[in-house]
Amino acid sequence: MARLTFVGGIHPSDGKELSKAQPIREILPKGDMVYPLSQHIGAPARPIVGKGDRVLAGQKIAESAGYVSAPVYASASGTVKAVEPRRVASGDMVMSIVVDNDGQFEEAPARTVRPVEEMTKEEIIAVVREAGIVGMGGAGFPTHVKLSPKEPEKIEYVIVNCAECEPYLTSDYRRMLEEPQKLIGGLKVVLRLFDNARGILAVEDNKPDCIALLRKLTAGEKRIGVSTLKTKYPQGGERFLIYAVTGRKINSAMLPSDVGCVVNNVDTMVAIYRAVAEGKPLTERIVTLTGEAMKNPCNYRVRIGMSYEELLEAAGGYRVTPAKVVCGGPMMGVALFDLKIPTTKTATALLALSKDEVSAMEPGACINCGRCLEVCPGRVMPSRLADFAQHYDEESFLKYNGMECCECGCCSYVCPAKRPLTQEIKSMRKLLLDKRKKQGGER
Amino acid sequence: MNERKNMLHVSSNPHIRSASSTSGIMMAVVLSLLPAAGYGIYHFGPRAIAVIGVTVAAAVITEWLFGLCRKKTTITDLSAVVTGLLLALNLPVGLPLWMAGLGAVFAILVAKMLFGGLGQNFMNPALAGRCFLLISFPKQMADFTTEAVRLGGLSWDACTGATPLAALKAGESVNVMDMIVGRTGGTIGETSVIALAAGACFLLLLGIIDLKVPGSYLISFIIFTGIFGGRGFDPVYLAAQLSGGGLMLGAFFMATDYVTRPVTPKGQYLFGIFLGIMTGIFRIFGPGAEGVSYAIILGNLLVPLIEKVTVPTAFGCRKGGKPYEK
Repeated sequence: MARLTFVGGIHPSDGKELSKAQPIREILPKGDMVYPLSQHIGAPARPIVGKGDRVLAGQKIAESAGYVSAPVYASASGTVKAVEPRRVASGDMVMSIVVDNDGQFEEAPARTVRPVEEMTKEEIIAVVREAGIVGMGGAGFPTHVKLSPKEPEKIEYVIVNCAECEPYLTSDYRRMLEEPQKLIGGLKVVLRLFDNARGILAVEDNKPDCIALLRKLTAGEKRIGVSTLKTKYPQGGERFLIYAVTGRKINSAMLPSDVGCVVNNVDTMVAIYRAVAEGKPLTERIVTLTGEAMKNPCNYRVRIGMSYEELLEAAGGYRVTPAKVVCGGPMMGVALFDLKIPTTKTATALLALSKDEVSAMEPGACINCGRCLEVCPGRVMPSRLADFAQHYDEESFLKYNGMECCECGCCSYVCPAKRPLTQEIKSMRKLLLDKRKKQGGER
Repeated sequence: MNERKNMLHVSSNPHIRSASSTSGIMMAVVLSLLPAAGYGIYHFGPRAIAVIGVTVAAAVITEWLFGLCRKKTTITDLSAVVTGLLLALNLPVGLPLWMAGLGAVFAILVAKMLFGGLGQNFMNPALAGRCFLLISFPKQMADFTTEAVRLGGLSWDACTGATPLAALKAGESVNVMDMIVGRTGGTIGETSVIALAAGACFLLLLGIIDLKVPGSYLISFIIFTGIFGGRGFDPVYLAAQLSGGGLMLGAFFMATDYVTRPVTPKGQYLFGIFLGIMTGIFRIFGPGAEGVSYAIILGNLLVPLIEKVTVPTAFGCRKGGKPYEK
């Protein structure tokens, strides 16, 4: 079968060999736990515990503050030390609940579980919502919103994003190999919500072992299929994944449900399974610790809220002094200046690079080579958009579809003049989105 | 302040970059021109070395001096070397060296640096230099005779004479095999189709150029010449037209110049077709036998317009590029 893909994209060296062979290890936090109230897109959660309260692992400590919002759960037992602003990976200060971890990991009683078959669709969505599940691939969009499209009967595809196209990351890969049943279980739960949908596990062809395993396990399932995607970055970008699997295109202003699709990533599917079938809220995730400067590149099962610093220490620290440390993958991750920040629901990786390829680069003049156009999966003109952004030419930026940029970083990656194209376009988009939000508020 | 001490480096994503660089691309272009330059030297004698040396040196020195005034050196990107070399390959071997140097100065100073340097020039600097010389010194620029080929006391049994295109235009017969190998008169770098093809293949294999511009250029030129050339689709005639003059050099090394060709894929096809037609018009209906340089320069001027009408449709957007709403 032809491998499915999209137009554009790049083939960076993938660095996955560093961490892909080791099984997932468990790490228990010892230090303070920090739970930012805003680990998702939407309204920050509202704290329901105060200073001095004792909390248990799996206990809800902040509740959802609206429809597009998600509750937050403690992942370790202890006493609430403070509710105060703390720095998060993006560099922002976010109101957070700080818990003095007592090291007991005393569990709160799990929700009573009923067989999925007996639950109504509304009940399933309510459980997902209550468990605090958000898109764990990085965006953090509350999952219950995704699972509640206007016309659920029109959903034809439930796509599980198993592409893991970011270089270096292997958490989804390990998850697929070690807990494929939970992944498929999560998909089956979601399929119960959409009677006319088919479940597709979409995997890049650099993971043939996963493809074979998932094929074997879903052999008898009529409603579930496994699709092989061409290995190319950003194959896991939602819009390009939908196109590769279904041939349907959406622009940045549309939702996957507009073309009959629901897309979730691997960790999110497992979280859905755990919430519905095991009664567990979202308190842990798999984080890849990797990079040339990391001593023991490996995947770790992490209690959300543990600090990166502690996680790094527990994992053996650095092999050599890193030139740069990135939260997430090398293409879309955020560089950290300090590791005293908490892991969150959307923390995919901690990447320690031994070389900093970027800071020392002198951007040169654009030579109009057109490589950025060739690789842009959004089919816009990055070199032109970056010029408009530099001059704050809002009108031209919009006219040339600047808002269709998905910030994947391909243009900066290929640019021979080493221009920070993605950065320019990203900044402009942020300004325009903020402006739009403000105008919307005034109306 | 203390907190700052152990801070790590930060920068915006992506944190990895491809190995390609501007100077790397320019270096590859220089390498790709070496077969043609080498054949030119073999064919036209040591004076070709002098012409190439003078134009490259004049181009680099001009850019360096300009950079001194602006306190910013740009010669390390090697683009001036490319311009100088391309210009030399477009000159007759007997051109007085001061003229060759002046052409290079014009190319860099007027066509490139005054418009803002690399990436800002609206026409190919080497071609601008050549056209400047064509207009200023028409006699010397059209002199392809043996007498001119002499460097100091050295003389070389160079194969020179009327260019095959001129012969073709005069209705004489030409030897296509000689044209493909390069055993004809012409500018230093344009005669050998084999040498140019070797360089072009090198660039194509490295992915530095693709066939959009040269392909549409050559195909539209063949069609135009076939229809209006008066000889129909006579394969010998068409092969002579393709191999003759600066067409191969222009199509693969100058029409493909990043800065002065459209950046949009559709625009590149349009650009190529335009060049093919214009070259045909100049060659068939114009007073001279040549047309590539003027065709490309005219095409360069149309680039902003071509780009404007060929903006690609963004992913998931309707044709014509519906602006973002909502």
